[in-house]
Amino acid sequence: MEIDFNKILFAIIGLIIVLNWGLLMSSIMRKIGARVAGRHGIPWFQPWVDLVKNYAIRSQITHGVMFYLGPVFRLSGGVGLFLFMPMIFGSDLWINFSFKGDIILILYFQFFGMLGMALGAGEGGQPHSFIGISRGLSQFTAIEVPMTLAVISLAVQYQTLSISDIVEAQQGGFMNWTIITNPFASIAAMLSLLGAFGHSPFNLVKAPNEIPIGPPTEYHGTYLGVLRTNAAILHVVEAVLFMNLFFGGAGSWLELIVKSFLIYFWSVFVGMVFPRFRIEQSVVWFLKVPLILGIIAIILL
Amino acid sequence: MTNDKLNKNQIEDVSKFFAPENKKKNVETPDGQIIEVNPLSDYFSEARPKVHEPNSSKVVETFLNWARAESLWVLGFGTGCGSIEIPPLLTPRFDAFRFGVQMRPTPRQSNVIIISGYLAVKTLKRVIRSYEQMQNPKYVLALGSCTINGGMYFDSYNTINRLDKYIPVDVYVAGCMPRPEALLAGFMKLKELIKAGKAENANKYVENFDEYKANQKKIIKDWNMPDYNW
Repeated sequence: MEIDFNKILFAIIGLIIVLNWGLLMSSIMRKIGARVAGRHGIPWFQPWVDLVKNYAIRSQITHGVMFYLGPVFRLSGGVGLFLFMPMIFGSDLWINFSFKGDIILILYFQFFGMLGMALGAGEGGQPHSFIGISRGLSQFTAIEVPMTLAVISLAVQYQTLSISDIVEAQQGGFMNWTIITNPFASIAAMLSLLGAFGHSPFNLVKAPNEIPIGPPTEYHGTYLGVLRTNAAILHVVEAVLFMNLFFGGAGSWLELIVKSFLIYFWSVFVGMVFPRFRIEQSVVWFLKVPLILGIIAIILL
Repeated sequence: MTNDKLNKNQIEDVSKFFAPENKKKNVETPDGQIIEVNPLSDYFSEARPKVHEPNSSKVVETFLNWARAESLWVLGFGTGCGSIEIPPLLTPRFDAFRFGVQMRPTPRQSNVIIISGYLAVKTLKRVIRSYEQMQNPKYVLALGSCTINGGMYFDSYNTINRLDKYIPVDVYVAGCMPRPEALLAGFMKLKELIKAGKAENANKYVENFDEYKANQKKIIKDWNMPDYNW
């Protein structure tokens, strides 16, 4: 087997771009949130400063091996998702390591980080972590059902399991995008996206002010830095996944930035308007509206 | 009095205050094995805290101090009447987010603890636990006259008079009560100290650990926790 160093180099550059765009995007979203509340809000570079500060904390404590591995698993979940995601359509260098059938792997990777985090935070021994984990896992299971139905619907529609092929089938103007050609699957997936990003009304996993901060309650310093690094990468990559599946992919980095911003903004916008659901409400909601839409999408094909 | 002697005496003294779940006990495992559980040594650290020296490179340390100053995460811990002065900081009128001041719900992730006003002995215990769970570097901002000399509670049977006998204080904000503007000014002062590399009180606490512990135990009569709980 040959090692393609060019590809590895471009994957690393892409990861750096995605990380910085993720941090900038989060600061823009917080700025928008502050403006809605009539405040100035944080400086635009605040996420970078927070990251440096967290990595610069001098003392660190551990609760055991899994406590160490929790953030590592989470980060490998985020980076793994990135590595198998074709970023730019039509480019040989920015499609990372995507291959035929990658969508199955990506559905798996979405859950991987969550499980690793659950094991790690569980060893922290903080009761609020346990509550956050049980909420997070039950909510994510409920999210996966409509999401998977939508993906199956897409796979049947395009007769492929490769993200690159799905993007290729959507080229030639926005009338070919999945959101137009298969609206039920798209809406089901876009509703489950709200839960995946974890903004209000589905932010009960971290639930600030209620269970202090959920799974990462015990995480600090470098651990927290790793988790925040991962969050920045994960938000962009998840948005890129939805862009590839439903919005015709991106032909350039500029298009990727605009589209991923709008997809992420969709969840922030809903979060600004609606208050928080309780866990039983949110699980029931996911098994009601998006699930029915997903089933309709399958039946109609 | 040496430290060893102090600890030994204290352990004998305070064991009668331990909550039932903190006492030594034998537990039967599902396999039928009998194991001894001593929560105080099993669940808490018995290691003494360590001094964490600043980075040896001056350029690096200056940069890191700048980041620390621009990203102050405040523990949401309110004592006394001053805690009502903290929520307005997050409103459009004062908007502390502009200065990198953010609230955190857990001591593990916080860098600043605000002692907002008079401190009852009962609360002091919780403050010590929260303070020790915060990670180095950490800063203390004392709000109001009560933390300086007791203020209007100077002769109370139940409140402490001088905060810096129990934990090291970085910045005092005087007043009764100081307004949120004064608190913001306190944050600015703290930032100056951090940027100048003068806010090393976490290490000072460790260096004078025995002295601080002796002071704390003198006032907290029912000391029923480990000496150092990280």
